Amino acid sequence: MLRGRAFKFGDGISTDHIIPGRYAHLRSNLPELAKHVMEDADPTFAARVKAGDFIVAGNNFGLGSSREHAPLVIKMAGVSAILAETVARIFFRNAINLGLPVLICDTDRLDAGDELEIDLSAGIVRDITNGHQLNFGKIPEVMLHILDEGGLVPYIKKYGDFRL
Amino acid sequence: MGKTLAEKILSHKSGSDARAGDIVIASIDLSFVQDTTGPLTVRQYQNSGFDKLVNPQRTVLFIDHAAPSPNNALSNDHTLLRDFARQKGCIISDVGEGVCHQRVIEDFARPGDVIVGADSHTVTAGGLGSFATGMGSSDVAVAFGLGRTWFRVPETFKIEVSGSFTKGVYAKDLILHLIGMIGADGATYKSLEFGGDAVKRMSMSGRFTIANMAVEAGAKVGLFPSDEMTRKYLIAQGREKDYKPLVPDTDAVYERTINIEAANLVPTVARPHTVDNTAPARELKGTKIQQVVIGTCTNGRLEDMAVATGILKGKKTQHSVRVLVAPASRRILLEAIEAGYVQTLLEAGAIILPPGCGPCLGLHQGVLADGESCLSTANRNFEGRMGSPKSYIYLGSPATAAATALTGEITDPREVM
Repeated sequence: MLRGRAFKFGDGISTDHIIPGRYAHLRSNLPELAKHVMEDADPTFAARVKAGDFIVAGNNFGLGSSREHAPLVIKMAGVSAILAETVARIFFRNAINLGLPVLICDTDRLDAGDELEIDLSAGIVRDITNGHQLNFGKIPEVMLHILDEGGLVPYIKKYGDFRL
Repeated sequence: MGKTLAEKILSHKSGSDARAGDIVIASIDLSFVQDTTGPLTVRQYQNSGFDKLVNPQRTVLFIDHAAPSPNNALSNDHTLLRDFARQKGCIISDVGEGVCHQRVIEDFARPGDVIVGADSHTVTAGGLGSFATGMGSSDVAVAFGLGRTWFRVPETFKIEVSGSFTKGVYAKDLILHLIGMIGADGATYKSLEFGGDAVKRMSMSGRFTIANMAVEAGAKVGLFPSDEMTRKYLIAQGREKDYKPLVPDTDAVYERTINIEAANLVPTVARPHTVDNTAPARELKGTKIQQVVIGTCTNGRLEDMAVATGILKGKKTQHSVRVLVAPASRRILLEAIEAGYVQTLLEAGAIILPPGCGPCLGLHQGVLADGESCLSTANRNFEGRMGSPKSYIYLGSPATAAATALTGEITDPREVM
């Protein structure tokens, strides 16, 4: 069970909003890079986010670059899951590969600051603040296995290959 | 029931009857990284416990995004990549050789290949019929070590283009128009497959421009058939043996078919800050521009240089505009010098940058100031991408870029041709 507060974002949050190319020189210095997480979408995010919190977004979250640093700095900020209406393909795969759950659901009634509780195995999101409850879409099985192992690297270390 | 290009390639490479929606494990013919995703790939490769690359001669590290390096930290990343290449015996394409996607189509990609690259514009090689897609560092690290990865076989949108392009209208205008029509997430997880009589006649350069931007509609791949045009291109690269014809089955099943009449297209521009925010160039007249960029993996090929040169020949660019030209590879720069384009561009007032990604992603070589606007031939105009989060990026064809360089404001190229 995951529990935390919702940080709300709109549609079309790109990888440049999450971690802009101008910080590419910090990509081998992850603690410094992580200080700029979501900077161009909400400059106050890095200072306010706490371990366990959620990013709640609209359509096409994470569009753009293949930079795995985007989900990586979100994970390093303590975010325990991303909830969005839709997610860009590469970002989705990258987040799961880092063991960061991305849940596809109708985020319209989840408001900024709401206390959320997520049951990953039951596929349920509860908004404790307003009492709303909703289901999130199924994650493909191969991705669930990778997520269960905490990401692609631990998965490959354990199994040595992909298992369908 | 017939197969789309994506289903055909993934069937062959997975040894199964791959159909849209299936999950398959496919062998990989080429895997690569660039200098901003490569260092993390190297670390994930080591963390995964791999020791040997499965295919060193089909594993490539490109130093192109920050080339030459603008600072110490990125220089250290370059050193890390060079050391890895030396230790593992893989190929390194160092500073000055060009943008990864251009180098991939010149020297590596083959029709029917599966290619994974740690860069979203890996889709470019779809222009010659490779199932080429962008992935993150962890996925590519595993591809380095295993030589295979999993794919969900995508559903396909067929884009049928018929008729002829009118003067001043190019492949770039077509893809901007398409993305404007279906949206920046209009093809998420899908394969875009291009066909029709206009595609048959389309140059490889135009095909690469279109395939390159498939990801800007969210697509996994942008695929073109491999035909006579492809064969000629591969011969010109000294790779005729890599040619094989590849077409979709006539009874392939498409999720959606979109028909585009080329004659109806006009010079098109994507306005800040999303690629689907398109408008005809003529409607943006009066928009002042401080920097023009001609180049990148989208439009940095010889044909693009020729179009820009044709418009700028014997004229002077506006003093208020910095006109940056970055040929996509060393080969293209040499060809542009031989054709006299570089001389003409310099005389017109342009600045020639070394082959590479140039200012496209805000690292160096033309970082935008607060409040500045840029007209670029690149593929992405996100907020803050080229520098200041308070700057503005417009995307257009090399012709629109050259016309804009002459006037200092966004200009429909037909006005100056």
